Amino acid sequence: MSEKLNNQVTNKAEEIKSEISKNMSRALSGDIHTINFGPQHPSAHGVLRVVMELEGEVVKRATPHIGLLHRGTEKLLEHKAYHKGLPYFDRLDYASPMSEEHVYVLATEKLLGVEVPDRAKWIRVLFAEITRILNHLLNVTAMGLDCGAMTPALWAYEEREKLMEFYEGVSGARFHANYFRHGGVAKDLPSGMEDKIGKWVKDFPKLVDDIEGLLTENRIWKQRTVGIGICTTEDALSWGFSGPCLRASGVAWDLRRSQPYDNYDKVDFKIPVARQGDCYDRYLIRVVEMRESAKIIEQCLNKMKPGSIKTEDGKISPPRRKDMKHSMEALIHHFKLYSEGFHVPAGTTYTAVESPKGEFGVYLVADGGSKPYRCKIRPTGFSHLQALDELSHRYMLADMVAIIGSLDLVFGEVDR
Amino acid sequence: MVDIVENLRHDKMYQKARLQVIGMMLTYSVHGVIKADFDHDELVVLVQLDNLVDVLDFLKSHPFCQFEQLMDLCGVDYPHRSKRFDVVYNLLSVTLNQRVRVIVHTDEAIPVPSVHHLWKSATWWERECYDMFGVLFSGQPDLRRILTDYGFDGHPLRKDFPVTGYVEVRFDADQNKVVYEPVHLVQEMRDFDFDSPWEGVVTLPGDEKIHEKRQNIKPYII
Repeated sequence: MSEKLNNQVTNKAEEIKSEISKNMSRALSGDIHTINFGPQHPSAHGVLRVVMELEGEVVKRATPHIGLLHRGTEKLLEHKAYHKGLPYFDRLDYASPMSEEHVYVLATEKLLGVEVPDRAKWIRVLFAEITRILNHLLNVTAMGLDCGAMTPALWAYEEREKLMEFYEGVSGARFHANYFRHGGVAKDLPSGMEDKIGKWVKDFPKLVDDIEGLLTENRIWKQRTVGIGICTTEDALSWGFSGPCLRASGVAWDLRRSQPYDNYDKVDFKIPVARQGDCYDRYLIRVVEMRESAKIIEQCLNKMKPGSIKTEDGKISPPRRKDMKHSMEALIHHFKLYSEGFHVPAGTTYTAVESPKGEFGVYLVADGGSKPYRCKIRPTGFSHLQALDELSHRYMLADMVAIIGSLDLVFGEVDR
Repeated sequence: MVDIVENLRHDKMYQKARLQVIGMMLTYSVHGVIKADFDHDELVVLVQLDNLVDVLDFLKSHPFCQFEQLMDLCGVDYPHRSKRFDVVYNLLSVTLNQRVRVIVHTDEAIPVPSVHHLWKSATWWERECYDMFGVLFSGQPDLRRILTDYGFDGHPLRKDFPVTGYVEVRFDADQNKVVYEPVHLVQEMRDFDFDSPWEGVVTLPGDEKIHEKRQNIKPYII
């Protein structure tokens, strides 16, 4: 009897085994076919089109096609006075608008040689960090959404709404702020804003704890991200990675620390570095960065003193509305600034900032006129996306969305 | 000790001195470097086209340079020059915390040697430069357009390419497809010249005498 049962069990086991191997071979080495991912796919984070060659479910080759959101920003900038080109930068990386303004403003100031008042520098650092949190909240939770975790996205969107209220408070716009200006910022913080931000930043780490509680130790999340899309240090450097993606591959590099701009040399913060270089590490880096940003925001609020918020040079920053009522010179300055703009002395500079996604740079060529001769924008996602083929090689189709999510792509800046 | 080295790495004077040494080294000991000077504290190296790869390889591998990353590659158009394009390489060393900019001159016909074997990131940058300016890169296996439309004609960032472009697209309901047509502007392109006429004064008809007086810049004493 037992022998019969034994035989039956063995037969069944054989049957199952052969079925599994049949399925496996179908999944892993089935017929080779090509599929089109995007450009309208919720996990493409924009208008990315990837032509994928699959062997069963395994990605053999992935060719990204970009440029579907190309708006010719660089060409348009050559035809606009410096201050009129500034709003285009908000529209590049629409998930972190103020960081993009920051680099254009810094590059122009470098060529102009203007001194920015201390309070303006603190406000810029403050809002650059608010922007970082804004961006990371979106990216971390959108990546979660791609991998099936829905709740963090809902929480993060609520929190982002609070941050966008700060944006709205200072600039009047929730996204396309146009708040940083050449020589300072557009307006001082409205009364009560510092207290509001201070109150918010005290509660914020609790939200990061909550999001981490859902993701960091989550079994499904780890299965989807640990060991997926690994990028070695050498590759990361060769592909021109920067920001969280580079730090996840084991390079301790942050422009805020190594080439500080504005008041970043006066704040104390830590730079997270991970070793593995996979999707999970990139996620962890962003989570830690959010906590560090919150610390920087607190320090900014403590160190900020009342004072002027833009350079007093009437040739660069517009006069106060009050002065224009009785000062002829102020009126002329206002007219000249908003028609002709200011002239930037001839020169070139490559200026870069640590935007939430990584190194975002501007190569600015000025010819002495009121418009840039050439303004090359160095997008961050461009070089990250380029590595997609190598990162996704021999991974499953479903890992593709995790990898794309972890690279933090926004097509406004990739395509320009 | 580690602290001292770390502080030096972030010290601006030390960085500048390092870059000066690199600049001297390039001018005197590397073949093909035309000049190396500073622009707003940034080292700019002008290189002959034939020696570009050697110089970049030197910058990447020399222990004093170690530029492991090609952060940016772009073109600049100067239509009045005989070799109208600048191709600009912005390099970064994360080990030594320094940047350098390498520039070569070329035109529409002379190809620039590709550097995709030195930095993997070069491929897309070169594709972009080709797309935007029509600069050719020899040895680049994948020199396709990247940002513009499939089948696009022209190189939009050249100075002689109009901002409005030449073609526009729309969906045609009759043909049930997207069609390309020549640009039709309902209103003329508004590109105002705001630059003040008072600074580089031009001679207005009938004002010749006054203008001559101004150009001489003599004090108005009889």
